[in-house]
Amino acid sequence: MSQDPIISFQNVSKSFGEVKAVDGANFEINRGEFFALLGPSGCGKTTLLRMVAGFETPNSGEVYIDGQPMSATPPNHRPVNMVFQNYAIFPHMDVRGNIAFGMRKSGLSKSELDKRIDETLELIKLQGYGKRGADELSGGQRQRVALARALIKHPKVLLLDEPLGALDKKLREQMQIELRQLQQQVGITFLFVTHDQEEALTLSDRIAVMTEGHVKEIASPAQLYENPKSRFVADFIGSMNFFQGEVIDLNNKQLSISTDVLGEISVPASDSDYASKSPVWVAIRPEKLQPVFSAPDDSSNVIEGEIGPSAYLGDRSHFYVHIEKREEPVLVALQNLERSSDLHRNPFQKVWLKWSNASLVVLPRN
Amino acid sequence: MKSESLRGYSLLSPTLLAMVLGLAMPLVVLITLSFWIQDYLDFIRTFSLKNYTDFFQKPIYIKILFKSIRMSGLVTIATVLLAYPMAYFIAFRVKHNKLVWLILITVPFWTSYLLRVFAWKIMLGYNGVINSGLLSLGILSEPLEFLLYNPTSVVITLAHAWAAFAILPIYVSLEKIDRSLLEASRDLGENVFMTFMRVTLPLSLPGVIAASLLVFIPTVGDYVTPALVGGPRGIMIGNIIQSMFGKALNWPLGAAISVMSMITVTLMVCLFIWGTHNFRKRVA
Amino acid sequence: MKNSPSFFKPDGLLVYAVLYLTFIYLPVLFLPLFSFNDSTYITFPLKDFTLKWYDKMINSPDMHEALFNSIKVGLTVAILSTILGLLAAKAVTRYRLRGRGPLVSFIMIPLVIPEIILAISLLILISQAEIPLSLWTVGFSHLLLCIPFSMLILISRMEGFDRSLEEAAMDLGENAWMTFWRVTFPIVLPGIVASLLLTFTISFDEFVLAFFLSSTDPTLPIYIWSSLRFPTKIPAILALGASIFIISFFVVSFSEWVRRRGVKLEPTSRI
Repeated sequence: MSQDPIISFQNVSKSFGEVKAVDGANFEINRGEFFALLGPSGCGKTTLLRMVAGFETPNSGEVYIDGQPMSATPPNHRPVNMVFQNYAIFPHMDVRGNIAFGMRKSGLSKSELDKRIDETLELIKLQGYGKRGADELSGGQRQRVALARALIKHPKVLLLDEPLGALDKKLREQMQIELRQLQQQVGITFLFVTHDQEEALTLSDRIAVMTEGHVKEIASPAQLYENPKSRFVADFIGSMNFFQGEVIDLNNKQLSISTDVLGEISVPASDSDYASKSPVWVAIRPEKLQPVFSAPDDSSNVIEGEIGPSAYLGDRSHFYVHIEKREEPVLVALQNLERSSDLHRNPFQKVWLKWSNASLVVLPRN
Repeated sequence: MKSESLRGYSLLSPTLLAMVLGLAMPLVVLITLSFWIQDYLDFIRTFSLKNYTDFFQKPIYIKILFKSIRMSGLVTIATVLLAYPMAYFIAFRVKHNKLVWLILITVPFWTSYLLRVFAWKIMLGYNGVINSGLLSLGILSEPLEFLLYNPTSVVITLAHAWAAFAILPIYVSLEKIDRSLLEASRDLGENVFMTFMRVTLPLSLPGVIAASLLVFIPTVGDYVTPALVGGPRGIMIGNIIQSMFGKALNWPLGAAISVMSMITVTLMVCLFIWGTHNFRKRVA
Repeated sequence: MKNSPSFFKPDGLLVYAVLYLTFIYLPVLFLPLFSFNDSTYITFPLKDFTLKWYDKMINSPDMHEALFNSIKVGLTVAILSTILGLLAAKAVTRYRLRGRGPLVSFIMIPLVIPEIILAISLLILISQAEIPLSLWTVGFSHLLLCIPFSMLILISRMEGFDRSLEEAAMDLGENAWMTFWRVTFPIVLPGIVASLLLTFTISFDEFVLAFFLSSTDPTLPIYIWSSLRFPTKIPAILALGASIFIISFFVVSFSEWVRRRGVKLEPTSRI
């Protein structure tokens, strides 16, 4: 990874009265990255974004943009621009007026500015909409105008606050692709806030997962999904089955763990090492459990259970499997590769779940 | 953060200054004066309760104060009861052009308040519209004298003059009600009437309260209407206060009567708010 | 005849609305009616149609002076109370202020105090401070009465618009003043117009405060009040009332027209 930070948070904390919204944020965002702040509502992600924009000032610590400390710089002098959650399109101006809003001091002549606006309208695919009033735009169009208005200023970083939250699902999926293309096209660093883990996975180069004011983990989408470093992250991103376990032994880079239902397992040791007897979670994603409907010959890496409630989701089905000695059912996801998907959804039917040890994730438990 | 709230206060300070100079200080002076005594054209500036003992011993002041409150109460009830269906009509029945209806209601109030009150003199007078109309129709052989110059004519005139002040707040509170709440009530089995009683009315109560206060408080102290259409039997406390500052020339007593009126009105208002609060609880 | 019920659905509320409008219009409509009546006495039956009362109105210097005084006071009060109301509304809606509730209630007191009490307490203070009564004292008292109205209108307008619009302007490079000028002001403008109109109307029509606090310069309501005692002057006053009514009708219609045009014209990409 290139070491060229455009934004750097150094021990940034912010409280509102008694509430610590951000507690000691300490990380960097690289030039040209598409970076997501992901977390449940109230986790402090929006506060962090607003501290970059300049609408909140940290109680302690410092935000650097392109190497410059920002705490003394008001929002209007910061080299970043923002796409607001509700887009904040000026209702008393048309599309061109909105896009030109920030260019008052650009020093461009009328014709140069017109040209720039036309280019920007083209960039966001709103040619011919320049004279539309703010109240004549659909949700998707408002979002494009908000993007254009910020991008025409060539900010060093584009900030996006829940940029797709107000759109319906189909449009959201389409805009995700367009946003990604747009970012590559303009080459500007995008920093965006979302509570939607799927959106974060789709769009970002890297994601910072936040909860209760803390940054829990920063990694690429694949890393976060396949190798989360904490139970919170494993649980927040996608679905995960957790099993209690205890480390027996570590040798030859293999970790032996005894678990409540999976029996004794052996997995490749990761960089974090566990002492003997330390409590751990052994976790596996629902789609990495392979159900079979007759008793398999090989009884290793198999657990037996009974099918419980299920849900048909079109491309795949989810069902719960009850396992003896375990209160919480195990979630299994199955691709519906064939047309009839009823077969394996009979309740009380016996099922055997197979897994590969390479799919298991070991997490600390305390 | 500190400097931010300082900016807020400095934005507020000119208004606060005006209010302290023009509201707080005069009220303090009013209360002070009520404890002084008139001495021809000057005051005896020593503390005295004489004005208050006068107020309580001469029954006329208390009698007129309570008469004023009774009349204003009637005006308020009449105005609000008449205004509610109208506001309801605009909020729920008028689909387009609500603004036109609202303007239509305020148009009569664009003439001078004095002339609006005077209009009722034309309506109710000895040679007024009603009398001459009834005479020319042959219903009466002689004009009715009791139409004008009594408490009823004051109440009618005030109810007319303050109509718009009652409609607007009630309309606003009705307009704010989420229409799906009414549908939910119907869906849960209530009929139109009970939906109104259990949902619409309680939710519009803030508007009704605002309307009542907006009518009640100014009309208690009204001076113009009783003077024009009230006659001797229709005078209200405002006329008494005015006379103390005019013909009767007893400012301190006038101040004391004002203070007592203010206290009484405040008590009535508190009682009213407490009452509606209880009513609201009972309905909920 | 049998079919008529299907055409005319009797709607109780609509009938009520019409009756109500009749109640509020009827007395007021007699004012212009008698202003065209060729008789000093305001009685039926009507005599001939005449414009002489309007002629008398136009040729009455006293009335003109009173009218001019009222306009002077009204304009000053409207502008000052709207400025103060705008500042106060911005303070209340845009900053986290300690004691916001009690401060706002304090400013709203003139709404819930009988006018006559406000009038006499101001009169006492002003006479004790030995300030001479004039149009200034009238104007100051009107200002107190109007500030709460301005503030209420502007607070609701400020609360109604999204704070992130101002943040967006800052984010796009404007300082606090330019943000106010380019975003806040145009969006609050209808509220400002409403505040100016309402406060002018209140001051223009206010009688009790002016009655106690004016000296030899009468405002229009004072002039009307003193004329109502002289039957011969009344028809000309009715003519004046009718004229004010017509003029205010045009002013309101015009300002509504301007407002609507304004909304359409503004969104050009002027910077």
